[in-house]
Amino acid sequence: MRPLSVVVRTGCDLFAWFLIVFGASIIIHGDVTPGGGFQGGAVAATFITLLLVAYGGKKVFSWVRMGIFNGMLLFGLMAFFLLGLMGFPNAFLYNFLAIPHEVVQATGHGVIPPSGTIALMDIAVGIEVAGALSIIVLSMFRGIRLFREGPMEEESGHDR
Amino acid sequence: MKKIIFIVSAIILGALVVGAVDNIRPFGEPGAAPMDDHFIARALTERSSENVVTSIVFDYRGFDTIGEAAVLFTALCAITALFREGRKKQ
Repeated sequence: MRPLSVVVRTGCDLFAWFLIVFGASIIIHGDVTPGGGFQGGAVAATFITLLLVAYGGKKVFSWVRMGIFNGMLLFGLMAFFLLGLMGFPNAFLYNFLAIPHEVVQATGHGVIPPSGTIALMDIAVGIEVAGALSIIVLSMFRGIRLFREGPMEEESGHDR
Repeated sequence: MKKIIFIVSAIILGALVVGAVDNIRPFGEPGAAPMDDHFIARALTERSSENVVTSIVFDYRGFDTIGEAAVLFTALCAITALFREGRKKQ
């Protein structure tokens, strides 16, 4: 696919980064406002879709490296699972970092939000969803391009 | 023979549907929901999470969320396997 016109590309330059900021805001405030990891990750993954639409596949594939998104996906999954395992003297997925509300009102809390693993798991799931949806969009786009190149005699992508 | 079976099963199914619809609670009067009351009462005081939905999704029913993450991972694996590029045979 060829890139779109200058107007669209300039609009993409202006607004694409706000998608990342908005998604990060939704993810980080998942335990206090409506939203959470899945929703914020989906918003953040819209960034790569907007880049693909505006700039075309050739440029975007020269910019991104799929390994980063793979790393995001695996980091999010492992962080989620390990946070679940860390509550194990009590139960799997036990919220061992939560501070009750009266204590928070009396003394405040540290770096970690008072909801404990809820906020941390929100961030982990947000990173995972952003990486996974970016990989899905990129690989489907690459598949379309591969299909468009013309009729293939042999099945490609089999038994690599 | 087929027609008789069809008619009988249709009548039974219709009776069950009518009975089920007749048993629905009237609109705006939900039944007793001790689970909801438990979550709404405890989510702020116990876990200090203002968003009750997130506290249910990531804490009280975290196992369900692990399943959701696994579903996403499975979809990703399937799509990557479908659309991957291989070497073309010369």
